[in-house]
Amino acid sequence: MSEEMMEEGGGGVIKKFCYINRKAPYGTIYALESLEVVLIGAAFEQDVSVVFADDGIYQLTKGQDTAGIEMKNFSPTYRALEMYDVEKLYVEKESLEERGMTADDLIVPVEVLSSAQLQDLMEDQDVVLSF
Amino acid sequence: MLLHTVNKSPFQHAALGSCLRLSKDGSAILLIEDGVYGALKGTKISSDIENAMKTKKVYALEPDIKARGVQDRVLDGITLIDYAGFVDLAAENKAVEAWL
Repeated sequence: MSEEMMEEGGGGVIKKFCYINRKAPYGTIYALESLEVVLIGAAFEQDVSVVFADDGIYQLTKGQDTAGIEMKNFSPTYRALEMYDVEKLYVEKESLEERGMTADDLIVPVEVLSSAQLQDLMEDQDVVLSF
Repeated sequence: MLLHTVNKSPFQHAALGSCLRLSKDGSAILLIEDGVYGALKGTKISSDIENAMKTKKVYALEPDIKARGVQDRVLDGITLIDYAGFVDLAAENKAVEAWL
């Protein structure tokens, strides 16, 4: 194991974790469960990237108001990810375009990547978790 | 007539496409839960819904639209209804066909 993979002080290994979100919020539990797991990974000070593709981009839609369906609106939590040092948020350009959306429609700043760029990003990970 | 309900995203399931293909002219189609993503402007399936609206009446459940933050992107011609409106539609039609 190389020196740079050792976490300073703690001695734990830091791996590159990538979470792939492809489901819309509320209709299924995947989006909320993914968010929980992302926060757990961040608590262990791992190198976290979060990818939103397909319907996953709907998790980040601005202006969600869940009062009428009596479910918790968890979209503000995406804005709190920064506090857990989860700052690498990626959105697939093709998924935005298919849905007539732009990065301006999203509640957090993201980096918009093409499918080809996402292929490289995912190839570069140690662990990929799909939701 | 039948009331057709669709609760799946049109981008991940064939439910909406099958519903549009197999529902008779004059039918009511109600988009609920993740199905409401089928009610939006500017998507790759918007034109399918617009074509369907020439011969069928399309509704979307407003609480599900608002929950998903898409209230400003609903296609013109789609009627937003609340839960009481859902009950009315179910009562007005002979039966409900749920496209799961």
